[in-house]
Amino acid sequence: MLAGRTGTENVVIRGARVLDPVEGIDATVDVRVDGGVIAQIGSGLDTNEHRVIEAAGLTLAPAFVDPHVHLRTPGREDEETIASGTAAAAAGGYCAILAIPNTDPVVDDTEVLRGLRARAADEANIPVGFLAAITKGQEGAELTEMGALADAGAAGFTDDGRPVATAGVMRRALQYNAITGRTIAVHCEEQSLTRGGHAHAGQVAAELGLGAWPSLGESLMVARDLDLAGDTGQAIHLMHLSARESVDHLRRALAAGVRASAEATPHHLCLTEEAVRTLDPNLKMNPPLRGTGDRAALVEAVRDGTIAAIATDHAPHSPEEKDVPFEAAPFGVTGLETAFSALYTNLVEPGLLPLETVLERMSAGPAAIFGLARPRIAVGAPANLTLIDTNASWRVKPSAFRSRSLNSWLLGKRLRGRVKLTIAAGRTVFEL
Amino acid sequence: MTDLRVVGGDLLPPAGGRRHLLTVADLTKDEVERLLATARSFAHSQERDNKKLPTLRGRLILNVFYESSTRTSSSFELAAKRLSADTMTLKSIGSSVDKGESLKDTALTLSAYDPDVIVLRHPEVGAAGYVARVTEARVVNAGDGKHQHPTQALLDLYTMLQACGRLAGLQVAIVGDVAHSRVARSLLQALRLVGADAVLVGPPALLPDGLGPATHEIAAIADADVIYVLRMQKERMLPGANFVPSLREYTARWGITPERVRPGQRVMHPGPMNRGVEIDARVADSDASLVVDQVRSGLVVRMAVLYDLLTTGPVAVETAVGVA
Repeated sequence: MLAGRTGTENVVIRGARVLDPVEGIDATVDVRVDGGVIAQIGSGLDTNEHRVIEAAGLTLAPAFVDPHVHLRTPGREDEETIASGTAAAAAGGYCAILAIPNTDPVVDDTEVLRGLRARAADEANIPVGFLAAITKGQEGAELTEMGALADAGAAGFTDDGRPVATAGVMRRALQYNAITGRTIAVHCEEQSLTRGGHAHAGQVAAELGLGAWPSLGESLMVARDLDLAGDTGQAIHLMHLSARESVDHLRRALAAGVRASAEATPHHLCLTEEAVRTLDPNLKMNPPLRGTGDRAALVEAVRDGTIAAIATDHAPHSPEEKDVPFEAAPFGVTGLETAFSALYTNLVEPGLLPLETVLERMSAGPAAIFGLARPRIAVGAPANLTLIDTNASWRVKPSAFRSRSLNSWLLGKRLRGRVKLTIAAGRTVFEL
Repeated sequence: MTDLRVVGGDLLPPAGGRRHLLTVADLTKDEVERLLATARSFAHSQERDNKKLPTLRGRLILNVFYESSTRTSSSFELAAKRLSADTMTLKSIGSSVDKGESLKDTALTLSAYDPDVIVLRHPEVGAAGYVARVTEARVVNAGDGKHQHPTQALLDLYTMLQACGRLAGLQVAIVGDVAHSRVARSLLQALRLVGADAVLVGPPALLPDGLGPATHEIAAIADADVIYVLRMQKERMLPGANFVPSLREYTARWGITPERVRPGQRVMHPGPMNRGVEIDARVADSDASLVVDQVRSGLVVRMAVLYDLLTTGPVAVETAVGVA
């Protein structure tokens, strides 16, 4: 399902805290990679004339998987390309990403999909999977040829950016998807409740006079899609959850045996509607930042595993689109390069989430949802590794971004914790 | 981000920084009182034959209006002229905005003239703050979407103070389409600042949560000293949004008719009025109406705001009078 190069790196990473919560490793040991594959884990390893990375004081973890990235290709290569987006991902510690098909043209036929996969095989800095649309043109009316798209390598299906507005079409998509074995991911938005909305329907939007985008606009659709998944017996993945009510629906559905999963973004986990008071267009996203109770519910759901994945919803926009007053700006912020540091600074250091949980939700969690091989630190596994300096303190500067776009909510902010090195599919793809 | 917050700072200068008037939230009670006092001193000057003051001679004040306006644009222009400033008014119709020029490019183009103040009206929340960020001028927000219209709130306070003799403890009922009203948002903050009480009255879907006491019962206006009537902003209503079933139903339930105004109450409206919709013509033309006073207040309050922005240091009222 993933397209991209693999490598045959020979390297020894010496003296890091090796932390793979799923494998149950937390020890200060060496890791030797032979030909792109983890060959040995232990103390005082023979370097075999490999390159040696002295990593004392650093943390070595399975590299991250982002199931929700807008690569903007084809159509808006001024905002992001396969090369720039995957370079940004590599710098963020990722070894695999899934690209969203709301491009121009939409990835809704095998020709577009094959073209993207061929380009990724040459240009991508880390492996990329391409999701295909659920409906043609993401118009919510006619199903795409999901079988043929899956055969051509679609990593899953989504109409993200828009909901599948009618229940009947969504039900047919779930039923038919039984033949593909891929995951359907949904952007939950009841547009009759969100039209004209720019910010969460809470205190801040009321005071600032911003058009309201209520929690119900999400949770109503979450409830519908969970019921449809239950009814059809098919799996569904809920993208970028933002509202407490959505989490409540998800909990009930999981308890009832519905095959559901969900993701949350770093910005929804770290911020609330209060941040919008600055009217910075880089704090405008869909769904919007919500209240403190919503944020707490998301963090709790990530902690207990109800939300199994953290996804950036990396959404590059050009300066001429974002350098405008708040209401004129499009939704979306970038996130690949800052995700770990944002989560470490705002959730791990203050004690809201354990480091192990963040690492798992950024890697094994999303991989499992989309049926991707789990990045792991184990002998015989392909080297998908990220080396992190949890003591680093750095300021987010425009010059540091590998993404072609700069619409980050963290510009100018000081963060703690930084990715120093990324190995993806046996290749060193980033080194600070 | 952080620099936006600095720009959104109050009327008093941060050390070495520029001053703006972007929202009422940025003002302190003392600053409001100082502005109202300055406006009163200017009102005296407007009773003379020669109404022009030399105070802002050589200064350039640009009025940039992306939305239609009668009262606000004319009173800013006249306020600037009465203070001897040079002034130009640019409307989006007939300018390069018509040709799709971005707000950034328009702002940068106009700032090439080194304006001292840009007065901006724009349909989008945050537009004034945005222009404050991308230009070197001081910016006065003359309305940004549904967000703020701070000089309207100041002129309303001034009008209430003149008519009622006090602001602290004054009871104000704000009636109508609060949801879409920057006037209501600004006025609510201003009333809170000076210790007046406000109740919001209108159709349920037009009363957002979180702005203070609110009711759909029109009877709630009975206790008010001032009934502040908002315009039913038809142009802001998306088709089929169904905030109210019809204007006729609105008028029947929430229209301010002579029967609903008790003796002694004063009625205000920011204009333009839809006579026969939110306000009965008999009320608009009655002695209870302060609508014309509001327009008069607008001139002197905007003179005070421009004066305050362009003179450094705390403004002593005597200085303003002395200039006259």
